[in-house]
Amino acid sequence: MSGVKSQPIQASLGQAEKHAAQRNRSALMISLGILRYVLVIVVVVVLVFPFAWMLLSSFKNQIDITTSRNLLSFTPTLNNYRNVFEQQNYLLFLFNSLLVASASTFFSLVLGLPAAYAIAHNKRMTWFGVVLLTARIIPGITFLIPWYIIFGQLKLLGSYWALILSHMLVGLPFIAWVMIPFFESLPRELDESALIDGASRFGAFFRIALPLAVPGIITAAIMAFIFSWNNFMFSLVLAGDETKTLPIAIFNFLSYSSVDWGGLMAAAVVITLPVLIVTLFVQRYIVAGLVAGAVKG
Amino acid sequence: MTPSSRISATDINKWVWLLFVLPAVVFVLLMIIFPIAYTVHLSLHEWSGSATRPPTPVQFGNYENLLTRDPRFGEAVLRTFQFTGIAVAVELGLGLGIALLINGPFLGHGIVRALVLLPMVATPVAIAMAWLLMFQPTIGLFNGILKTLGLPPQMWIGSQDQALGSLILVDVWQWTPMMVLILLAGLTTLPSEPFEAARVDGASAWQRFFYMTLPLLFPTMIAAVLLRSIDALKTFDIIYTMTRGGPGFATETINIYGYVLAFEYFRLGNASSLLVVFFAIVLGISLFFVQIRKRWGATYE
Repeated sequence: MSGVKSQPIQASLGQAEKHAAQRNRSALMISLGILRYVLVIVVVVVLVFPFAWMLLSSFKNQIDITTSRNLLSFTPTLNNYRNVFEQQNYLLFLFNSLLVASASTFFSLVLGLPAAYAIAHNKRMTWFGVVLLTARIIPGITFLIPWYIIFGQLKLLGSYWALILSHMLVGLPFIAWVMIPFFESLPRELDESALIDGASRFGAFFRIALPLAVPGIITAAIMAFIFSWNNFMFSLVLAGDETKTLPIAIFNFLSYSSVDWGGLMAAAVVITLPVLIVTLFVQRYIVAGLVAGAVKG
Repeated sequence: MTPSSRISATDINKWVWLLFVLPAVVFVLLMIIFPIAYTVHLSLHEWSGSATRPPTPVQFGNYENLLTRDPRFGEAVLRTFQFTGIAVAVELGLGLGIALLINGPFLGHGIVRALVLLPMVATPVAIAMAWLLMFQPTIGLFNGILKTLGLPPQMWIGSQDQALGSLILVDVWQWTPMMVLILLAGLTTLPSEPFEAARVDGASAWQRFFYMTLPLLFPTMIAAVLLRSIDALKTFDIIYTMTRGGPGFATETINIYGYVLAFEYFRLGNASSLLVVFFAIVLGISLFFVQIRKRWGATYE
């Protein structure tokens, strides 16, 4: 529409007017560019602000948090962090979190990688993939009552195993979800030529497919680890006093002392800062993992 | 026919593939199917979890109770849909805006894309703590800002009227990034030629957006809304850590009510019947979206 109209008009324009129009246009582009940056900065500030506030408050003493309205005028203190580690049993909870996350990630990989490989290579295995992915759709709380009862009868309630097995139900489907397309994207010829050379299917899997899939495996493992590290609901029901993980410890901390904001923020920083730092380092791969499967048209 | 395809067609190879798949599938089935069957079984009984008093059968009594005599359940269902509907709609709108904003190159776009990830990977309990402090009525940041603007302070999650909205705000902050990521991925798969052609033919930016970008992005949007809706329906961590369903029952969703019934009241039969209904709701919504995606997704492919 506008193109058709502007042609005769443009023809009648003098040289100077043409320049003026061009100048106007570039002025518009520049102001649009500036507007874009302003909006981007707003988005970034909103995204980062709660973390910054958490970090800032973790270095404030109680008086500065409750009285000072001024954002930055306070004497930073490490007392909150000292309290978190000295008064609470945080080293134990940190150990629990690391143990449960590592073990559940490891076992999820052991079960998930061969399954993803088979589903990627053999059409008849596809519906097994569907079974694995249903775990992502069904509300986790649906399993919690039976788990609570069954783990109780097996005398596993409050044990590391209860936590590891339940966290695997998050990690394993996720690993399959990320790795199936990854194995599909590997060149099939390498596998096939190994088979022709006399390798078994297992040999092809361990010596050809797995080494090629290392970047994908690292992404999937990091994400599974973070999901377990962050897990709240399963641990809330299944963990015991000695096996509770950091999220549960912090939640209890909140219930005991809802006044110690500095301590709470320090505890929150301790649990989430490692996750944020790792994420920033491997972000490119994580995006691919999170979006996998959602965009297929 | 290559030699390899003849080899992989043999019977031995079929069994080998099963060896690869079965451990994972058996594990998931044991952890899912058996518990679901057990939940259905329990939903027909009354039980407090005590070892000395076994479950007593009540047939469909729990379901009758839940659907006809328990107003708390109906309210929880309504609230869950309210929470999910508003949160996902806002996230879709904001997500689309932000995705278009940061699509394509600009100085620092790598950093921005990395920062977008942070809210969704951060530990929910830690996020909840930070927002609790910001919502805090007397020392919180939000009321501080309102005060500087000369506006009256609010109760945020402390008030029955504002609590659900405040939690939606947290969910929007936490999960709009997911929308952004999915929509960005969708945007990069769009073919560039038709857009060039439209630009040459004189279509304005708005026309290109409404008549090309939106329809082409539609299947991706459906997928994103599906993923987000399923997760939003199941939101537990943020709600339970920030309000435990309160004040009163103002933020009690199905998920929270189920947890409270089971692990605070120990009414395992009632809780199980609620979870079966919840399971059916989530499954129904998933299938509904899958149908939509099949129908509409194909149109624009």
